[in-house]
Amino acid sequence: MLRYTLTRLLSLAVSLAVASVVIFMAVEILPGDPATLMLGVNAQEDTLAALREQLGLNGSLWSRYLSWVGGMLTGDFGTSYTYRTPVAEMVGERLWISLPLAIYALTLSTLIAFPAGIWAASKRGSAADVGVMGVTQLGVAIPNFWFAMLMVVVFAINLRWFSAGGFPGWDKGFWLSMKSLTLPAIALALPQASILARVMRSSLLDTLSEDFVRTARAKGLSKRQALWRHALRNALIPVLTIIGLQFSFLLAGGIIIENVFYLPGLGRMIFQAVSARDLIVVESVVMLLVFAVIAVNFLVEISYALVDPRLRHGR
Amino acid sequence: MSLLRIEKLDLDIGKRPILRDVSLSVDPGQIVGVIGESGSGKSMTAFTVMQLLPEGAVARGSVTLDGHDILTLSEPELCALRGNKVGMVFQEPMTALNPIRSIGDQVAETILIHERVSKTEALNRAREALARVELPEDRFPLTRYPHELSGGQRQRVVIAMAIALRPKLLIADEPTTALDVTTQAQILKLLERLVREDGMGMLMISHDLAVVSDLADEIVIMRSGEVVERGPCPVIFSALQHPYSISLLAASTHAPDRSVQVEDTPLLRVSEVRRSYRTPRKTLFGKPGAFEAVKGVSFDLKKGESLGLVGESGCGKSTLTRAILGLEEVQGGEILLAGEPVFTGHSPNRDVRRKMQVVFQDPYGSFNPRHRVDRLVCEPFHLLDTPPTGKARDRAIEEALTSVGLTAADRYKYIHEFSGGQRQRIAIARALIIKPELILLDEAVSALDVQVRAQILDLLADLSDQFGLSYLFISHDLSVVRVITDRCLVMKAGEIVEQGPTEQVFSNPQHPYTRELIAAAPDLPELA
Repeated sequence: MLRYTLTRLLSLAVSLAVASVVIFMAVEILPGDPATLMLGVNAQEDTLAALREQLGLNGSLWSRYLSWVGGMLTGDFGTSYTYRTPVAEMVGERLWISLPLAIYALTLSTLIAFPAGIWAASKRGSAADVGVMGVTQLGVAIPNFWFAMLMVVVFAINLRWFSAGGFPGWDKGFWLSMKSLTLPAIALALPQASILARVMRSSLLDTLSEDFVRTARAKGLSKRQALWRHALRNALIPVLTIIGLQFSFLLAGGIIIENVFYLPGLGRMIFQAVSARDLIVVESVVMLLVFAVIAVNFLVEISYALVDPRLRHGR
Repeated sequence: MSLLRIEKLDLDIGKRPILRDVSLSVDPGQIVGVIGESGSGKSMTAFTVMQLLPEGAVARGSVTLDGHDILTLSEPELCALRGNKVGMVFQEPMTALNPIRSIGDQVAETILIHERVSKTEALNRAREALARVELPEDRFPLTRYPHELSGGQRQRVVIAMAIALRPKLLIADEPTTALDVTTQAQILKLLERLVREDGMGMLMISHDLAVVSDLADEIVIMRSGEVVERGPCPVIFSALQHPYSISLLAASTHAPDRSVQVEDTPLLRVSEVRRSYRTPRKTLFGKPGAFEAVKGVSFDLKKGESLGLVGESGCGKSTLTRAILGLEEVQGGEILLAGEPVFTGHSPNRDVRRKMQVVFQDPYGSFNPRHRVDRLVCEPFHLLDTPPTGKARDRAIEEALTSVGLTAADRYKYIHEFSGGQRQRIAIARALIIKPELILLDEAVSALDVQVRAQILDLLADLSDQFGLSYLFISHDLSVVRVITDRCLVMKAGEIVEQGPTEQVFSNPQHPYTRELIAAAPDLPELA
């Protein structure tokens, strides 16, 4: 298990290094000069040069890459070109909305998907199964922003249970903040839960037809017991993979939902930074998201090993 | 009173009749062998007793186990019987165990389901059960996982689970079919010992007459869902009544007529071949280890000869086969076919590859199900520089299909329309179509029922006479190698330990391993 973990950690470090180079190079080749953008097209040449110097845009490619990576490693993400505030501070603020939202949505999605998938698989071919499959088909098909707007109409405008958007800030109270994240979380969770439930069901059905489930039945376990004690844990590997992918998506890909609900999250920030050519913000946020994705993958791989002893033993 | 009595059992799955009027009984301490080909309903009979039938199955008649009328019991009542009064052992030990739970845990579960005992107590009894199946704790701790055990050891764990509560009846469904012959002999001995010690009844299901006849007190022969004959063993073999039983026994010992015309020139020459694989690194930056699968093997195969290669799984025979076919490069030695190397530089030599073809074991997995037979049969044409087209191609397809006993019209069909035996014929047709000199038969008849196997062996003998083919016959099945080969090689742990004329190797084995193999192979009773 230790060796497995160390190998995974090593591969995590290598992936991060490669990703940092790719991101840096991609931003480098983007057209547009941040200094011109900040000062406007009519700025004087010597002012521009001074600003470039100040922003550190004049050094060699190599030295700029090193100072960028070195800065991130010490928690210094640089200063935003447009807002003139430290990127770390901006990201920190936004992350406190996007991360809880992603976790909230993922929790909801898992809480819905597991029972639904297990229920459908255990009653294969029954009305329950057909029902779950039908509803999840719909859940996958409905665009989540449309569903979000529908919820705003019903729960915010008509019933007035929730506010239609915005975020009060965590200092205004935990429950109030959670309440304002509820509709966005549901909107994000709906398609995810549908996909996850379908994966859960099909993975479990595959496992239920395995020989060892028959062996378990021959020992005297009922169908239900065989499912819970033998099939379920074996069926988890594909489900964990999907959960990992979904978390990364929820963290970075909530931009449409953030826009629908006026949430100042990471997705909106990166969108604004790209349009303002605020390269230092783009680089840092993308790097942060890459880190999140790779870290989640690492956790998923560790959880594989916890589920399956064959991986623990380094095979 | 019988322990298990099946009377007039009919079974349908959906609208399809599976069993008709099946009656048999097992007394305490008695071993009853059920023999039949695939589709004869023998396994379904066992699953009816366990009531672990596929959905849509309807059984009529009566099945009485230790006074319980199985067909009328509710599901909870059945759960109380399964694993407690009746245990079951399955065919495929590699998949019969839950891969993510330890063996001690899985054996203890049988006890925990049926008795109110503590986990510690259950584990203690699991330890006893595992010791009874010869997996003592000092070498096989309860915390082992299935992937750390061999096939034979896993089968022992399955048996330990089945007998942990000392059931009155043990059902063994092809318990040794997936195992090597020496492992098979050990498992059969173990089953027999457990049955005799506990006075259990055993219902032993097999396609292999020889396996059952060694062990059983009574034999039941089944065919297409019906019992055709039953009687005490081995008396039954000398007084078989039903024509099917007689033909089944004949097929089991069938030896094809072969007119051997071996020339003195070697066709295939394998000299000092070595092949090793890298094993995973022990430490993160350590050097990967090496496992030598083939350790300097040399032999000749003469033109027109049928050569057998016998060995147990893991002995390196498949690696050697792949090397001969030029599918993998070897690390040492040389393989020449008709004087030319199969590997030139680092790529396989096409001129040589087209002189040999291969037929694999699995008649179901070795064809692309979406291609028609004509396209499948033509696959080896890619080895030719100018593959035939149009009329010539059609003629080649027809010729290949008719020479294996199929019709020219079969070329328009898809592979799912054929039975296992017919598929193996198509595989042979595919090998024949480019008129090779050597055909490698890698367990080519191992998955077939005995009667089909006999037909395929006849076909192979015919084709060899007709086209002057040479065969390299790779198998773990000694009885087949004995009847189809002129010479044979015995391989163990990457080395050839014995070689010689087949009859001589079998009747007077020199190497202790060969003797062990031959002793382990189950024998059919001599026909009176």
